[in-house]
Amino acid sequence: MSKILLHGTEAICEGAIRNGCRAFFGYPITPQNEVPEYMSVKMPEVGGVFVQAESEVAAINMVYGAAGAGTRAMTSSSSPGVSLKQEGISYIACARIPCVVVNVMRAGPGLGGIQPAQGDYFQATKGGGHGDYHLIVLAPSSVQEACDFTYRAFDLADKYRVPAMILADGMIGQLMEPVELPPMRDLSEIPEKEWATSGHYGKERRVLNSLIIKPEELEPHVNELQKTYDEIYKNERRALSYMTEDAEIVLTAYGTPARIVKSAVNELRRQGVKAGCIRPITLYPFPDDAYAACAVRDCTKAFLSVELSLGQMVEDVKLAVNGKKPVYFYGRTGGNVPDEEEIVRAALESLKKAEAN
Amino acid sequence: MKVFQKTKMLTDAHLHYCPGCTHGIVHRLVAESIEELGVQDKCIGIAPVGCAVFAYDYFNCDMQEAAHGRAPAVATGIKRTHPDKIVFVYQGDGDLASIGMAETVHAAARGEKISIIFINNSIYGMTGGQMAPTTLIGQKATTCQNGRDPAVNGYPIRVCELLATLDAPYYIERVSTHDVKHVLAAKKAIKKAIQFQAEDRGYSFVEVLVSCPTNWHMRPVDALRFMGEECTKTFPLGVYRDKSQG
Amino acid sequence: MASIKIDELICKGCGLCANACPKKVISISAHRMNANGYFVAEAAEPQNCIGCAFCAIMCPDCAIEVEK
Repeated sequence: MSKILLHGTEAICEGAIRNGCRAFFGYPITPQNEVPEYMSVKMPEVGGVFVQAESEVAAINMVYGAAGAGTRAMTSSSSPGVSLKQEGISYIACARIPCVVVNVMRAGPGLGGIQPAQGDYFQATKGGGHGDYHLIVLAPSSVQEACDFTYRAFDLADKYRVPAMILADGMIGQLMEPVELPPMRDLSEIPEKEWATSGHYGKERRVLNSLIIKPEELEPHVNELQKTYDEIYKNERRALSYMTEDAEIVLTAYGTPARIVKSAVNELRRQGVKAGCIRPITLYPFPDDAYAACAVRDCTKAFLSVELSLGQMVEDVKLAVNGKKPVYFYGRTGGNVPDEEEIVRAALESLKKAEAN
Repeated sequence: MKVFQKTKMLTDAHLHYCPGCTHGIVHRLVAESIEELGVQDKCIGIAPVGCAVFAYDYFNCDMQEAAHGRAPAVATGIKRTHPDKIVFVYQGDGDLASIGMAETVHAAARGEKISIIFINNSIYGMTGGQMAPTTLIGQKATTCQNGRDPAVNGYPIRVCELLATLDAPYYIERVSTHDVKHVLAAKKAIKKAIQFQAEDRGYSFVEVLVSCPTNWHMRPVDALRFMGEECTKTFPLGVYRDKSQG
Repeated sequence: MASIKIDELICKGCGLCANACPKKVISISAHRMNANGYFVAEAAEPQNCIGCAFCAIMCPDCAIEVEK
């Protein structure tokens, strides 16, 4: 199959459309404006629905309705807009409605900036809304992955009846790279949802609801959700490890920083330093096994998490490493992206600190 | 021969509404309209957050519970992806005219082909009687305990008139439930709202004045009188848009 | 002969039916209470009933059936 040059946001749309997404509800916000723009053209072409909502709050609730009625639906936004969607996502998770939410992150907090960032990690992986719930969170690190992960997100969401999130930083959203597009999936292949509210009077009535006002009913429901998350943890953790088998220093990053970390590892190797890196594909469920595997090796001296934030994923790395080895952090914020040299320097410092202790 | 019996479009669940609250009447009018129009097998209703938060237990069709204020957006999502289905939205004044005002105005401005039943009882009932956007000037509520003072709390919002400035809506009417005559008129309006959707004509909106004996601190019969005499002064009944009348 | 049937379990004794009845057939019992603790409506003067169903139209709880 030939490759075509695509914009990150367009690749996300193609990944959705080619796996049966037939409803998109969006709202303008940099750096993901091209998603609603692209969908406004493409959705009608495939017989789908596009609505520019009056706000990100309205958009996520339109997804609630459409997905609740059985349609594969998606919304997209960027950090401040995704914050507005949190309540809606909590309702969607509680009512067990599958859908896909895309966050092309920009620098925060507040109105922040429009350059790439990763300061929404906690919000995405720990549940940014109220109550105990999670989304499956996938972190693309290329335009190809932006397409493939969005495609896959719909199957994962349907499989577990959970919301799934594509967590990309602004650079991944705005890059143009060659992409091999998956074939258009036939809608008939997508299993019908027997729980969907699409009009069933007389037969078994269906209700989608997240109000469970009796504690003796809400607790079992929440425990049921947790069982799903345990299942997701067991089956869906994904990470890529690069040259970690003999690594003294294991770097880790996702999204754009992961690409720069990889070249930093190669540079460190050229300088004779045994470095390796882990790139989580799923941020929830967090691939803790990949880190634990390195932590038990004698050769591994330290871990270094590189993020476009003040350090969020690093906490999950620490949990995974469980105190066996020191875990350090290097980050840039405000929309700044570290270059290879900065990361090499941070890695060497981390090693020095580890050897000093 | 039975002259009157409960419609099958209402479930057997007992309504949780307070004694004399005319929410229950409006539930029946919506259910009867759906049954009489024969659209019950393709009907999807959306329950709000407020006194009618348990409406999904009462309407005998597929239901979705929307987050507070977001019912028109949820309805948009359903109707756009299922244009052949009948989507009705049941909301109170806090849900529709306060937190959900943006969703209300934009669903109407887009002309979503849905039917909105707006219950205006001038109060937040479920949460115990706070001031609503439709609380009357001088009317007491737990958050304006000396009576609504426009200098502090602003003026009541007349949603029918507000939506009537938009081009897209097909049908907008305000009705009441303070006596038999008005309940029958309300039934006609609600049935039209659903019928216009069934005929794919456009966005329908019916505002229904409803009593709240508990939070108005009145006996049920007195609350009906207050609705008929006082509420209709601030919220005049009548048709504000009916494109079927040419 | 017209008549009404009030489901006493559902009735909340709100009095809207009694208020709407043109023939004063219905009144709220002064002493009979249902399981929920409401004094129930009852057809005190059933013979006056004309089957107009005003009571049922005003009942918020669909507690009244009317026959003719």
